[in-house]
Amino acid sequence: MSLLRALTLVVRRSLRQHAVSTTITALMAALAAGLVLSVFSIQAQTFAAFTGGAGGYDAVLGARGSQLQLVLNAVFHLETSPGNIPWSLYEELAEDDRVALAIPYTTGDNYEGFRIVGTTDAMFDALGHGDAARFEVEPGGRVFDPERGEAVVGSFAARRTGLAVGSTFHPSHGVAAHGAAAHQEEYVVTGVLEPTNTPADRVIWIPIEGIYRMGGHVLRGSGEAFEAHPHEEIPQAHKEVSAVMLKFRSPMAGFALDQEFNRERTDATLAFPFGRVMAEFFDKLGWADRVLRFIAYLVVVVSAGAILASLYNTINERRREIAILRSLGASPRLVFLAVVLESSAIAFVGAMLGFVVHAVLFLVAAAILRERTGVVLELWAFHPALVWTPLTMVSLGAIAGFIPAMKAYATDVASHLVPHS
Amino acid sequence: MAAPTTTVLEVRSLLKRFRGPSGASTTVVDVPAFSLAAGEQVAIRGASGSGKTTFLNLIAGISTPDAGVVEIAGHDLTALRPSQRDRVRARHVGYVFQTFNLLQGYTALENVLAGMMFGRGTDEPFARDLLCRVGLADRLHHQPKALSVGQQQRVAVARALAGRPDLVLADEPTGNLDARRASEAMAMIRTLCRAQDAALLVVSHSPAILRRFDTVLDFAQLNRAAREVAA
Repeated sequence: MSLLRALTLVVRRSLRQHAVSTTITALMAALAAGLVLSVFSIQAQTFAAFTGGAGGYDAVLGARGSQLQLVLNAVFHLETSPGNIPWSLYEELAEDDRVALAIPYTTGDNYEGFRIVGTTDAMFDALGHGDAARFEVEPGGRVFDPERGEAVVGSFAARRTGLAVGSTFHPSHGVAAHGAAAHQEEYVVTGVLEPTNTPADRVIWIPIEGIYRMGGHVLRGSGEAFEAHPHEEIPQAHKEVSAVMLKFRSPMAGFALDQEFNRERTDATLAFPFGRVMAEFFDKLGWADRVLRFIAYLVVVVSAGAILASLYNTINERRREIAILRSLGASPRLVFLAVVLESSAIAFVGAMLGFVVHAVLFLVAAAILRERTGVVLELWAFHPALVWTPLTMVSLGAIAGFIPAMKAYATDVASHLVPHS
Repeated sequence: MAAPTTTVLEVRSLLKRFRGPSGASTTVVDVPAFSLAAGEQVAIRGASGSGKTTFLNLIAGISTPDAGVVEIAGHDLTALRPSQRDRVRARHVGYVFQTFNLLQGYTALENVLAGMMFGRGTDEPFARDLLCRVGLADRLHHQPKALSVGQQQRVAVARALAGRPDLVLADEPTGNLDARRASEAMAMIRTLCRAQDAALLVVSHSPAILRRFDTVLDFAQLNRAAREVAA
């Protein structure tokens, strides 16, 4: 007990005596710890967000081509659509016994950079988004009427554009905001969706008919160009969709349809399962992760080296203090422990400040990711790195203290007590 | 508490040599016999460079002798492991250095507590009481650099007595003070040692200090090495 008190006093005084170098090395350790924490938790959460939930859907059917592009476009509302497929394919799947749910998407317009997706009102009732959450319209709103020029706005898009129930807007052509010509058609917002913390929050949903009838939109479902005219029914043959979102009755259905569309047929591509498609994408970017991790580890090692160097350099000027403590009865072991404890304390303070650095880095990264994709990362979502980073920092700090501690341990008492006056 | 007749310090055939830069070894301390009884106060007269600091360091266990025996309160330092020696020193010896050797960055009170914490453990009320008795009641939380030389010396004295030692060693304890203050400081040390029944061994070359002691030994008589040097 009194040994502990002695150690605490000695370490505290020593830290204070060398406040400048203590602060600098602790800040360095903080940077290192913060970097490791951020790299690991951002990577893990991003991976989980992009490979995990696809909003309750199991697969997406789209034009022949890249599964990745299909998933990015239909699930994450990024990239352009790989092209359209005929309405008949949607109908075929909607009637397939193995399919529990088929929802058509058409894309190609935006409002202030937020994508407009044409779909059916079935989407809002049919499934939950994410795990338990459904697409819920905020109180005071309702789902659009498929026969009218009405829109339901995702929460993030609503906040950014200022669209609220009763607002009107003109969609613009294309999926990006820049240089797009506004359509004549005016849409009325009938509802704003509750946040789902998924890319769907960035989407403005309108009836699929609205896309077909949008001025200048050409339908090629039949192979021939067709432009819809007001108050005239559009023949089914001309209709087309960008993607069909699918929910299967069983995973076996997914494998069977995968075989059918991707191996046997040539008219469409089925992206299934989402997780595999996105995981392959992350695998391609794996080197970037490894580089980032390597840099983070390197900074940790450098910060441990800085602790070592700063203590090592101060041991010489502390020889007299050490000799005095020894003359008062402190054992060499206590002196050794005090130095190791001091370096661990610097690393500990650094690791704690590292959580602040982590919070800053994480929040900036999360804000950018949310802005660009709608994916929401949670700052304090648990990751093992939150535990092992501080533990590793403190251990490395202790190890870094060993060499200066050996030097302190070996201090000769009598020669350093020689009167200096 | 030790009875007055108990021996606190016993030195026999103590020998310490130093190897010079040329490789030749010089005997610095060669004391055949020396002892102190509990509560006894003895002054040793010695010029600087006569090996008296080395002699005190050997007694305190700060230096190890090449031969001989040092017994402190019944513990033979030369037979102990270094860590045990540290413990005996912390528990039984108080040391007032010529340059005080206060811990910079520690307050006066912390310096005194440091004199306790490796021995019997800290006793803050006692530390405060000691500082009050040496007249530093209003300087408890001052660091050495904020204290005068005389005040620093008194902190050093309080620290030496803080661990309730059986033996207080003082090496030119008043060397940095003027004659009047030196005399006062010496009186203070003697009073405090007597109050705690600690034996006191002072080494000095100052006649003003030596005059106050009943027993004054000549280090040149005690130390055969010095006699050789002198001869």
